[in-house]
Amino acid sequence: MEFESDGDVMSGGLAKRIVPCLDVKDGRTVKGVNFVDLRDAGDPVELAWQYSQQGADELVFLDITATHERRKTMVELVKSVARNVNIPFTIGGGINEIVDAELLLNSGADKISINSAAVRNPKLIDELAKAFGVQFVVIAVDTRKVGDQNLVHLNGGRIATEHETFNWIKEAESRGAGEILLTSMDHDGTKAGFDCEFLKQINDQISIPLIASGGAGNQQHFVDVFKDAGVDAALAASVFHYGEILIPDLKQTLKQNNIEVRI
Amino acid sequence: MIGIIQYGAGNIFSLTAALDRLGIEYGMISQESDFEQYDRYIIPGVGHAGAAMQKLESTGLVPAIRQLKKPVLGICVGMQLITAFSEEGNADLLQIIPIKTLRFREEHGLKIPHTGWNQVHPQENNNLFENIGPQSYFYFVHSYFIEHDNLYTLASTQYGVQFSASIKKDNFYGVQFHPEKSGLAGEQLLKNFAHLNA
Repeated sequence: MEFESDGDVMSGGLAKRIVPCLDVKDGRTVKGVNFVDLRDAGDPVELAWQYSQQGADELVFLDITATHERRKTMVELVKSVARNVNIPFTIGGGINEIVDAELLLNSGADKISINSAAVRNPKLIDELAKAFGVQFVVIAVDTRKVGDQNLVHLNGGRIATEHETFNWIKEAESRGAGEILLTSMDHDGTKAGFDCEFLKQINDQISIPLIASGGAGNQQHFVDVFKDAGVDAALAASVFHYGEILIPDLKQTLKQNNIEVRI
Repeated sequence: MIGIIQYGAGNIFSLTAALDRLGIEYGMISQESDFEQYDRYIIPGVGHAGAAMQKLESTGLVPAIRQLKKPVLGICVGMQLITAFSEEGNADLLQIIPIKTLRFREEHGLKIPHTGWNQVHPQENNNLFENIGPQSYFYFVHSYFIEHDNLYTLASTQYGVQFSASIKKDNFYGVQFHPEKSGLAGEQLLKNFAHLNA
């Protein structure tokens, strides 16, 4: 049986993914503008279902609930999403131990995203990959430029670490990360476009999928991040939540630019 | 009604959630006497194929699985288990379909795991892919793939190499992608499996 080649060589036929991100607190969706001044944007499960109907390829939920009820509310959220939504999703926020991860896996999460817990305890990556497989482990990295260095930051970009971003991503990859979610904190909330130059540098030097995050403001920014940086997926929040970019329109634009997308 | 074979390899919450959404009835199989209650079966599975095979063997269900005559659908690692051998752990598997599960090689310049939505090209006139378009996208997450084979490949996908996105021999079917996570196309495939002639 003969097949025509469907995709460009670099993607191997895989579609580039559009990933809306939902910040969730106490079971409700919020979106921070530069991670402060939170606004309520609705029911996360309803929003997730809407996105799946519009053609989102995947969803990310970041739970920023700060109470001791968090573990319970995350499990309820994950179950509810898994029951109602027919596309894959990642859950992140305060996952510190294997037992947290296992609870979320058994509740229907496809992947978990780990950020500061991995920086504090890098062995957690090895343990998670060994227990659940690399495909389950997304390492989220918030990066910011300090002088001429790109440094990993914690707590929504407020606390700088000593980790040089590229070195940390390579370490995460070698320990068993299945995917990297890289947020450029200098771009996040600006709507001025993704940090394509840095994303390309990273993308060219890792062999696991890279999700770009931070800076999406219009459709051309998505074209740029796929064409110029070659990333596997692009994540955004407010441009989707407030209807500034509609996913069906965005996918048409990407297709017109010869970017492989699922329509 | 579908019997889901329970052997402890990965969670099945998303699979049962999809079946619930579609109104497809199912139950769980954990011992040999459970098989007769159902008219078709699903072998789920994520994680390491060699480890999954060990877990399946420890249930004692392997001889009964090999002799099943009603439709069986293996999903992801559950599909790999019905092949002969996997490079993951160099493990001998159920050997129901005499083809191999191999690792994607990095020299193709592609990222591993193969993660995301890729096009699936079904063979013509096959019931499992009925009412599913010829270039539909399905959601994949895997580092090992089943070699393409003209005899047993039911649908193909390209990722550096051409591999089997779906296989079939007699009443045994397998899909490498996750139909429970593959939008409307995946839901259609689960419905098709639920309605295959037993």
